[in-house]
Formats: sequence, C-alpha cells, structure tokens
Amino acid sequence: MRREFSNAIEKIARENKELIFLTGDLGFMALENVRDAIGPRFVNAGVSEQNIISMAAAMATEGLLPLCYSIAPFIVFRPAEQIRLDVCLHGLNVKIVGNGGGYGYGIMGATHHAIEDIAVLSSFQNMKCFIPLCNEDVEAALSAMFEYQGPSYFRLGFGVLPASMELPAFRHTRKLKDGNDLTIVGMGPVLLNAIQLSGKTDFPFSADIFAISEMPFPDLSDELKQSIRKTSRVLVIEEHVKRGGMGEHLASHLLENNITCSYKQLYATGYQNGLYGSQSYHQSLSGLDPAIIATTIKQILYGK
Amino acid sequence: MDEIEQIKRDCLHKILTLYKKANAGHIGSSLSCLDLLIYTFFRRLLEGDKFILSKGHAALAMYVVLAKAGFFPESELETYYQEGTLLAAHPPCSGKLNGVVFGTGSLGHGLSLATGLAFSNKFTGRKFTTYCILSDGDCNEGSTWEAALFAGQHKLNNLVVMMDNNGLQGFGKSEDVINLEPVKEKWEAFNFEVVVAEHGNDFSSIDQAFRSLDKNSDKPKMIIARTVKGSGVSYMENKMEWHYLPMSDEQYLTAINEIQG
Repeated sequence: MRREFSNAIEKIARENKELIFLTGDLGFMALENVRDAIGPRFVNAGVSEQNIISMAAAMATEGLLPLCYSIAPFIVFRPAEQIRLDVCLHGLNVKIVGNGGGYGYGIMGATHHAIEDIAVLSSFQNMKCFIPLCNEDVEAALSAMFEYQGPSYFRLGFGVLPASMELPAFRHTRKLKDGNDLTIVGMGPVLLNAIQLSGKTDFPFSADIFAISEMPFPDLSDELKQSIRKTSRVLVIEEHVKRGGMGEHLASHLLENNITCSYKQLYATGYQNGLYGSQSYHQSLSGLDPAIIATTIKQILYGK
Repeated sequence: MDEIEQIKRDCLHKILTLYKKANAGHIGSSLSCLDLLIYTFFRRLLEGDKFILSKGHAALAMYVVLAKAGFFPESELETYYQEGTLLAAHPPCSGKLNGVVFGTGSLGHGLSLATGLAFSNKFTGRKFTTYCILSDGDCNEGSTWEAALFAGQHKLNNLVVMMDNNGLQGFGKSEDVINLEPVKEKWEAFNFEVVVAEHGNDFSSIDQAFRSLDKNSDKPKMIIARTVKGSGVSYMENKMEWHYLPMSDEQYLTAINEIQG
C-alpha cells in the first residue's frame, strides 16, 4: 500500500497547503515524490517519534494539518503517551500513519511488527483507526481519514484485491461477498486470505464476507446483523492480537444487540516459538494463512 | 521593580492560601518557578505569544499568575482542587482554560509542544514567541532532548526556554540522581543560545539574563535559572519534601507571616 499511499498523499498535500508531512527519517524509495511535491512542508524530523507527535499536536493548534509517518510500531508504541495526552486528550486533528501493520515487516522481526497497535490506539479518547482492506482501498480510506477532524491512525499493509472483485465504497463495515453458511468478518489485508478460498476448497461453502476498516466501529451495520442472524456462525480474521482487537469489539457489539451465534476467532498469536520469518510464516503460525482458514471453516461447518 | 515585587507578594499569598485550603502538595515546585512565571507574564509576553508549563506540577503558580494577568477571573481560583474544576493539580487538557494551550503533568512533553508551536510559524507566517518552563526532572526525559535537537537544527529563535534549575527532583538531588551538569554546556552543545540567571528567584537577575540574550541570534534561547525549591518560605527552601507535603495550620501561619515580612 505504500506506493498507493505516497501517490494519494501527494495529491492531498498538493491541494491542502496546511498539510505538514513529518517523517521519522523514513521514506527511502517511497516518499521522494511527496518530498519533491511539497518542499519545506515535508519535514524529516529525525528518529524522534515522541518529539514528532508532540510537535504535531502543537502545530494542529495553529491550524496546520500534521501527518506523522514511520514504521507502524515506531510511531505507535514509542510515543504512545504523547499520542494519548497531547493529541487524543486534546482532541487534535493529527494524522498518524504507520507502515507495516501486523506482521508486515516479516523477517525484520518483532521490533518492526505492529500486532497490538489497534488495541492501544483505539482505546484512546477521540482516536479513530483506519485499516484499509487492500492496496486499491488506500485512496478512499485516506479520504475518509481526512474527513474526520480528529486524532487518526492509518494502518498500512499490503494486499491486492482479486481482479474479479469489486470494492464497495469505503465505510467502516462493508459486505464483500454473499453466502449462506457462515459470516466471515475480517480487518485489513489478511482477510484476502479468506476471500481467495472461494471455490478452491475441497468442501463446499459459501460465506458472507465483511471487511471492518475502522476501529472502533461505532455500531453494527444492519447488513452485518442480518447476516449473523441468518448464519449464526461467525469467523473473525485479524492480523492483530485477540485482546483489544476487532474480534473482541465485534463480540461486545453482538452481546449488546442480543445476537447469539457460534464465534471463532483467528488472530495474531505473537511469537510463541521465538522464531522469525516472512509475513506468511507468521500468518501461518497464527493460523491466518489460507490453508488453516480453510480448515477452520470446515470445522465450523462440518465439525471436522 | 517595585510593582513586580508587589505582584509577587500577592501571588505568593494567594498560592499559599490556596494550597492550604486544598491541603495539597507541590508547594516547593510552584515557589521555585514563581518568579520566572511572573517575569514571563508581566515583562515578556506580548499579545499572541504562547506559554507552555512543562513542569505541570507547578500548575497552581501558573493559575495564580494567569489570573493576576487577567487571563481568567481571580474568582475561578477558588475552584482549585474542587470537584468539577478546571484547576486541578496539573493543567487541564480541555483547552478550556484561557492561557493554557496544553495540559501537562507528565514530564518531557513541554519542550516538544513549545517547539511545535515555534516551528508552526514557519508555515503560518505568524510572528509570536513561544515561552516554556522546564524542570530539572524534565531534563531527565529523552523527549526533551529530542525537541532540543530539533529546535537547534531548525534555528527556532522564536523559542524561549527557561530551566527552573533548583537542583532537586522527585526523590533526590539532581546531582545524585541524574547529574545535569555541565548544563549550560549541554544546551550550548544542542545549539541553543544559553544565558545563566544566577539568582533565578530574583527579578533583576532574570531581567539581566534576558537582556543579555543576543537579539540577532538565530538560535533558540535558553535561560538557565538557578532557583531554590520552596523559595520565599525559609523552612521550605531547598527541602525535597516540599515537593509533596501540604502545610499544617502552624506551618501555614509561619509562611504567611514570613512573606508579609
């Protein structure tokens, strides 16, 4: 999504002269176009995430529109207190963009992964997290983020929408596919691992598939409610830890709406074997790869 | 200087009275930077200038000085520490208190916030000066030095920082906990123009320090004010416990008698 992001943000920054792009010394072979397009409004503030966030908060009080960019864990966890206090408690319009959500940085290791980012940030006052589904979703998701005049986080990942699919207009909850047997609800590109299973499993199944792209999402959409009432079976897929993730948030909405169903969650399980590999390797260990998702669906539908 | 000395006497009396009424601590911290606050608000601050109190635990001194300077009615001070107040132990994050741009209280945020305000002028074309008061404890925080590097790099000469250098912090003397010396050289090494006010609780010393700043320098400014924690109340002076303790009835009367001379 990084290429899509840099192209879209270049356009937004050209049109919006208040936008100040603050990077924590990252952007090589990715953000040069933004730097060249907006000149002094592109600020490499050095490897200083805490300072970047607080400065951005202050700049927002002056009517500027600061965007803080780095690798996701660096721009979320190091300055978490600055985000909580200076940005969120003051309700300021600061945009935080983290590249490599989930296990996106793969073999770079745990220091570069962000599998708890949504839990941390979505618990902060006024914060909205935007999680695009795929590369093709980035521009619309960015527009949605800029429409919200408040603290925002944008989780960049990587994933290509199958050519046969049409992407609905960006909303916090979108129905991507129709089915009858179960309801699959996913957050971010990892959901594509389920979408690609369609017609490729050794057992028949059809699923309603929903993408959640905003956390916390404010309510259950009617479409999602109807689907779960119809199938009574939910499978949650997210490249994020269980605690504080989309699945827990969805479960609380279901309880509040008196909707009962079977509920299975696939999520990032961390680093239980202490070993490292590609994003696919970590997805596989967490049961988020297509093969294990297929096995899980089979178990839900057929009990084996 | 007579007028400003009278302002100080009034503020001191109000601060001690409000601390007593609230049975609250952080008295020593407020008294340490009171002179810097009064000097900033009554001798330096121009229309549109901004101020950030990084050592948010000295909030009461700032509240009293803000009220004295007309930022909000003095009657508002009577809500200090009360349920439902804007005037809590640390400045509010709501943006609702005139004169308080940012709520603070966790150390190490103030200089970054002030740096962001100063830096914003490069884009907005506004011309204000940003003032900031740091504590010794603030200078233990890595984020303070991140901000210092940035301010120096970008030659933010519209940023004026004061260090309330009383040599005492939360649980010990600075020299025993994290020795900040040679502090002048440190700030100079971070590309600040640095002046030391040897008597940071004396308006003439503060004034002299400000006057000796080079107006033509393109560097951010740092006034290192050698202050005394608890300044003005002899039994509190240089005593770490007055970071925390409230006053007994007797101690309050002693303090009031002392400041009334």
